[in-house]
Amino acid sequence: MSTRTILDPTGEQSVAERARLARPASLDGLTVGLLDISKPRGNVFLDRIEERLTGIGASVKRYKKPTFTKPAPVDLRHEIATECHVVIEALAD
Amino acid sequence: MSKPVLPDGFVVVVKRDCETCQTVVPALREIAAHAELTVYTQDDPTFPGDPAAEYDEDLSVSWHHDIETVPTLIRVVDGAETARTFGWLQSEWRAFTGIADLGEGLPPMRPGCGSKSLDPDLVDELAVRHGGSMLRSRRIEVADAEDDIEMMFTRGWSDGLPVVPPTEERVLKMLGGTTRAPHEVVATVPPDLVEATVEKVAIAAVMAGCLPEYLPWVLTAVEAVCTDEFNMHGLLATTMPVGPVIVCSGPGTRKIGMNSGMNALGQGNRANSTIGRALQLVIRNIGGGRPGEVDRAAHGNPGKVGFCFAEADRESPYGTLAAQRGIDDDVDAITVFAGEGPRGIVDQLSRTPESLANTLAHQLQAIHHHKLVIGFDAILVMGPEHARVFADAGWDRERIIFELHMRLTTPIDELARGAGGIDEGVPITSAGGFLAPDTSDGPTSLPKFRPDGLMLAYAGGGAGLFSMIIPGWVNGEVGSQPVTRAVQY
Repeated sequence: MSTRTILDPTGEQSVAERARLARPASLDGLTVGLLDISKPRGNVFLDRIEERLTGIGASVKRYKKPTFTKPAPVDLRHEIATECHVVIEALAD
Repeated sequence: MSKPVLPDGFVVVVKRDCETCQTVVPALREIAAHAELTVYTQDDPTFPGDPAAEYDEDLSVSWHHDIETVPTLIRVVDGAETARTFGWLQSEWRAFTGIADLGEGLPPMRPGCGSKSLDPDLVDELAVRHGGSMLRSRRIEVADAEDDIEMMFTRGWSDGLPVVPPTEERVLKMLGGTTRAPHEVVATVPPDLVEATVEKVAIAAVMAGCLPEYLPWVLTAVEAVCTDEFNMHGLLATTMPVGPVIVCSGPGTRKIGMNSGMNALGQGNRANSTIGRALQLVIRNIGGGRPGEVDRAAHGNPGKVGFCFAEADRESPYGTLAAQRGIDDDVDAITVFAGEGPRGIVDQLSRTPESLANTLAHQLQAIHHHKLVIGFDAILVMGPEHARVFADAGWDRERIIFELHMRLTTPIDELARGAGGIDEGVPITSAGGFLAPDTSDGPTSLPKFRPDGLMLAYAGGGAGLFSMIIPGWVNGEVGSQPVTRAVQY
């Protein structure tokens, strides 16, 4: 039996490439989203980040995933994208 | 190639290398004299000569029209087959053609011969030639100087062991194991959330070393793990050493030769070894879940190559795991469980159910950490010698689980962080933890497992007073729920 032609075992995805947004020169006046992934003590870390960001003139919005073991629900991702200029997703344990 | 349309009238498919075909030649002449007759010959364009035949040289007519026996006589109206008969049965042919004295002088009956299109040496090649177009996966040419197995390692398609190259022949043969269409979408596979078709799963099954009859089990396992409740994405992404464990039961496990006895959780049985491996190759190659990428396991475990076994359901004194989870005992079923590698329990002296339950409970308490409770499920796999102790005492599944739960309840003081000189443990707080018993009406003790969190399975060899624990990953809404499904053929 010839094994010279085989079938592609992958999902044959073509990756959509999108250019990143330019990094803002300053966070002053921007809205920064902080996403808590629901790992224990992630909130401790994010509380401190919020203090620092507020201190340099950013406005902060907080979000939380239902569980760290699953990707963020699409509605949550959409909410962050429409409400924030910048997002920080934190992992803590 | 598309299916050739048959001409209207009568069509007969013959081959010279068939005595019955040679016998019926006079009858073919009579039919040709009365009606439109088209003769296709499979092996010799000069046969039968009179009437003249069209040469089905590439066997496309025979393959596409499912000719199994020659001669096959077909009636065609407006390009569509309306009836067929095969072999030679004089009365049948007479009724079929309406020629009352057809084949006078011929023997009343002769069985036909096998169609050349079913020749074992040709059938795989024909399937590719005529049916290959049903496969939609990209074709990859392997250079002559290239070793196909090494090439598959190089491209990252292997789990670390050699994989069987998924040629068109092998994949088509694999697809023969299911009635499902190759292009049907089985599941959306994490982490890349790619739709896996039956064809893509069949490719993984070929690579894993499966036989076609295993494919329905693989397909069902893929469906079961790619659900929100099982949470395959989280199982990959966790740092814990877990992977999908497949527990099979039902008469189909015996038909495909699965091992539920000696070394059931070990190596050496093709079905056990390859069904679980095929599932993991689906996750790797279709879903894109690879170690060091989305798979963040700190250690992993050898079962992540594939972990699948059958229950000895006919011998089990307490039924099957699938039955515990709502599927009838005699139905082919799988349960997928987010589990670690198995660990053994040795107790060769307990002859009373109480003593043995004490042993099992001690070992079950220890999974992950003896002070961490409720958050993890487990499957306890008992073999004949331990299960007999309970069966002889009249303890059924419910009783065994109840008695184990009773022994797996620990005073909260002993579980608290810091208790016993161990920092790890359950948090005793009012926010997000358990309330200390002396500060409120919180619980004074906690169970090791949530109510459905301890499951029983039955497998293993006849000698050995041992059981096995398969500890689970984070359970419930935040982690993974076991999923039980009937096998879809």
